[in-house]
Amino acid sequence: MKAGIALLLALIWLPLAGYVMFRPALGALAPYLLLPSIPAVILLYGIAVRSWRESRVAVFGVTLVCFWLLMAVTAPYLPLLDPNKPIAPFVAPGGIKHGVLFLLGSDMRGRDVLSRTLWGCQRVLVWGITATSVAYVVGAGFGLIAGYLGGWWDEFVSFAGNVLLSFPVMLLFILVLNLLGQSGFNIIIAVTCSSAPVIMRIVRGLALDARSRDYILAAQTRGEHPLWIMWVELLPNVRGPLIIDACLRLGYTTVAITTLTFLGLGLQPPDPDWGLMIKEAATAALLWKYSYMLIVPAVSVSSLILGFNLIADGTREMSLRD
Amino acid sequence: MSVAPLLECKNLSISYAGRAGDVPAVVGFNLTLKPGEAHGLVGESGCGKSSIALAVMRYLGRAGRVVAGQILFRGRDVLAMNDAEMRRVRGGAIAMIYQEPMASLNPSMTIGEQLIEVPRYHEGVGHRDAALRARAMLDRVQMADATRIMHSYPHQISGGQQQRIVIAMALLSNPQLLLLDEPTTALDVTVEAGIVDLIRRISAEFGTSMLYISHNLGLVRETCDRITVMYCGEAVESGPIADVFRGARHPYTRGLFASNPSPAADKNSRPLRSIPGQLPSPRARPPGCLFGPRCEFFAVDRCDAQPVPIAPIAGSGDHSSRCLRVDEIAWDAAPAAISSRAAAVFGEVALQVNALTKRFGSVSANDGLSFEARRGETVAIVGESGCGKSTFAKILMGLLQANSGSVQLAGLELSRLPVTRRNPQTIRALQMIFQNPFDTLNPSHSIGSQIARVIRKLGVQRDAAKVREQVLELLDLVKLPRDFAARRPRQLSGGQKQRVGVARAFAGRPDVVVADEPLSALDVSVQAAVSELLIDIQRRERTTLLFISHDLSVVRYLADRVVVMYLGQIMEQGSTEQVFAPPYHPYTEALLAAVPIADQHYTKRKVLLSGEIPSASNPPVGCRFCTRCAYRIPGTCDRLAPPLQQVAPDHQIACHLPREQLAAMRPVFEEVTP
Repeated sequence: MKAGIALLLALIWLPLAGYVMFRPALGALAPYLLLPSIPAVILLYGIAVRSWRESRVAVFGVTLVCFWLLMAVTAPYLPLLDPNKPIAPFVAPGGIKHGVLFLLGSDMRGRDVLSRTLWGCQRVLVWGITATSVAYVVGAGFGLIAGYLGGWWDEFVSFAGNVLLSFPVMLLFILVLNLLGQSGFNIIIAVTCSSAPVIMRIVRGLALDARSRDYILAAQTRGEHPLWIMWVELLPNVRGPLIIDACLRLGYTTVAITTLTFLGLGLQPPDPDWGLMIKEAATAALLWKYSYMLIVPAVSVSSLILGFNLIADGTREMSLRD
Repeated sequence: MSVAPLLECKNLSISYAGRAGDVPAVVGFNLTLKPGEAHGLVGESGCGKSSIALAVMRYLGRAGRVVAGQILFRGRDVLAMNDAEMRRVRGGAIAMIYQEPMASLNPSMTIGEQLIEVPRYHEGVGHRDAALRARAMLDRVQMADATRIMHSYPHQISGGQQQRIVIAMALLSNPQLLLLDEPTTALDVTVEAGIVDLIRRISAEFGTSMLYISHNLGLVRETCDRITVMYCGEAVESGPIADVFRGARHPYTRGLFASNPSPAADKNSRPLRSIPGQLPSPRARPPGCLFGPRCEFFAVDRCDAQPVPIAPIAGSGDHSSRCLRVDEIAWDAAPAAISSRAAAVFGEVALQVNALTKRFGSVSANDGLSFEARRGETVAIVGESGCGKSTFAKILMGLLQANSGSVQLAGLELSRLPVTRRNPQTIRALQMIFQNPFDTLNPSHSIGSQIARVIRKLGVQRDAAKVREQVLELLDLVKLPRDFAARRPRQLSGGQKQRVGVARAFAGRPDVVVADEPLSALDVSVQAAVSELLIDIQRRERTTLLFISHDLSVVRYLADRVVVMYLGQIMEQGSTEQVFAPPYHPYTEALLAAVPIADQHYTKRKVLLSGEIPSASNPPVGCRFCTRCAYRIPGTCDRLAPPLQQVAPDHQIACHLPREQLAAMRPVFEEVTP
């Protein structure tokens, strides 16, 4: 069951990440890459709804997130207009211009808002999930070391974490992206610098509590290696609070990435991205008539974040019930 | 003439809402508590005894509710009271004392403030008068140094003192009824004895009625007038203490007594008899008598036909039992003989400890420990919290390093060899059983994989099929079904988890097993089963067992030799018979006297220790026990370290008292001649 879910997640995330990060390099293969991900998303949704059916909150959250996942993997196959092609500017939602229907209108450069929104979720999802995962690997690793080994390790890791945390988040982002250059991979580094110390603290606290448990002593008294104890004995027992935090953190990261793009620091145009759409629409939307350009991507980003947060809430609710 | 009862439960039933419908916790419970009476409620975990107390206070929480019956306090239905009335009753007319005193005290207020609050809130007394009353109450609960205590915060005083404060706080509102839910379970035995003595005096002095909830039959015998034994949410037997303890009239009560290590039990000639089987799940209650499936007197088509009512026993006054066959069973006949064991033969010395010392900064946790354990022998290390017994276990296991002295296992020096530098042979030879069954297994892995890991790690077997075979054999050894290998720890009961802990410890066929309080968290009938299991495996494997415990009744039963520790030093050591009979070290005498005895055939001499266990960071000069010793010789005991007296071959006492005085001590327990 667990292996199956891991396989599904890999089946969704690997092609999607490959598609978003390395599309030019993929060449002729690119159009077919996302095909296996479509049934995977549907299957994952089915499993999640079944196992979380007791929490309406979690089901609603998972519905939102899976909707955007589905949009991300099906975008290349949907009958959408080219998201980057200017056709007719300032068409109101539902309007027809040059014989083309703009369901959610077009932006000031004449690109289809619907198409840009659906394509745009790819970038947010891929960079958001990747950055959060990297932050988790780094944060949890150092957290386990600090919490389990203690002593000098704890001092050093905690100090380094506190130094990073002393920077205001935005300042840290700006610093990293200006020093290293603006790219998706540097966003991952920036998110890791800001999130990993927090994750480290959470894991450290959980590991500190768990390391005096008898089952850890039992492992020590049979001469297990510290790395084995951290990985096999400690990590599985701290995962509960971590899963909840991970869902919340996916939300924060989405906000952060969108904000960075909005500030012009993150992912670069012309590829569609929600933060970019909001930024571009910000001036036009001063007129009420054109506010749809702003509302559509803003609602989209909110619904995705809400989805992650509701999953976190639902998981917590269910863990308290046992 | 009959007095109006203070508290009555009539046909009380309590259920908790679960995911798959309601789970009954208490069914058809009846109780009549007269003014000034102390009633003991005894049963194993999950039998519903705490739910009753919570229901009386209407503290059941959101999930729990009373589904049937009444609770009458002074004739008024508690369940029908409005919130204002209920507030007056709670803390005013009824006070409750819980197991964990620290949880009942506000950590951010001084003791004085918290005590003063009670009369001010309940009676509107002025601050000055309230303070005077609080002071007076501290004297009545025998708190020494009341002025300092009044200005202390809860964390600055010991657990025993905290519980006295909680009791003082309860008494300040002059309650008519005290609900005590395991009030001494978290305390050390000698501290417990003091609290029990206090509780007994309260009912005599204040005339307060008490509902005393406990899993310990001996404690109830010493504090209560009447007893109700509960099983699976039902009262199975109820009556005056003397009647029930002299002649239990329900197979479950009898089973409880038989699994209690009384002074008469002996692991070779009179082993404990545990109750077969397990508590049924509250969702799958057996038909008819709930105890039926575990009962040796079970009659098919009678006991399982319909629910058994609790009924008075003919010609007994007010002793009642929930047993259909109460008139048929020969209650006084000796229980069917169970196989006795031959006495163990001990081999060569397996473990030699010499002048072992461990300091943490200024705290000397172990100070010059010397003793030895032979092959196949059970050596108990006894003492209260802070005596250094767990530190010793950690040094032995290589989790801590000693400062000086030696520990030799088969000639190999271990005292400064951390586990990471020990060779696989040594690690295999020395294994441990842990205290907390809920902590001993990793909740994330299956039982089978955890045992298999030990087998592979200790190099017993490497081939996958053989490892699997050995896991199953180990499960057989600890009498668990083989399909438990695929289960998770959360699917097991406490006793079953502890059996897995035993299996894991014996997986590498060790020479020495350290058992750190392996039974203290288990219910008494489960305790008996696990101790029998431990003895059987030990006999078969000829393992040396170092049994660390604070429970002297279990120690008397299990151990061949006993080492008594106090504040890091050995006070007395000798064979079990020698230590449990005079001459005693004064501390041993007090420890023995603190053990509650459930057996009506024994009387106990009262020895109460004064004061608290001193801090290990600032131990008393001279004899470490001198601050609490009743026999203290001023000028000697508080200045010079006590000499080690060899009172018999293999029996040592570290004490200043002259030989003759030690020899003249009377036994703590004496058998009552009928």
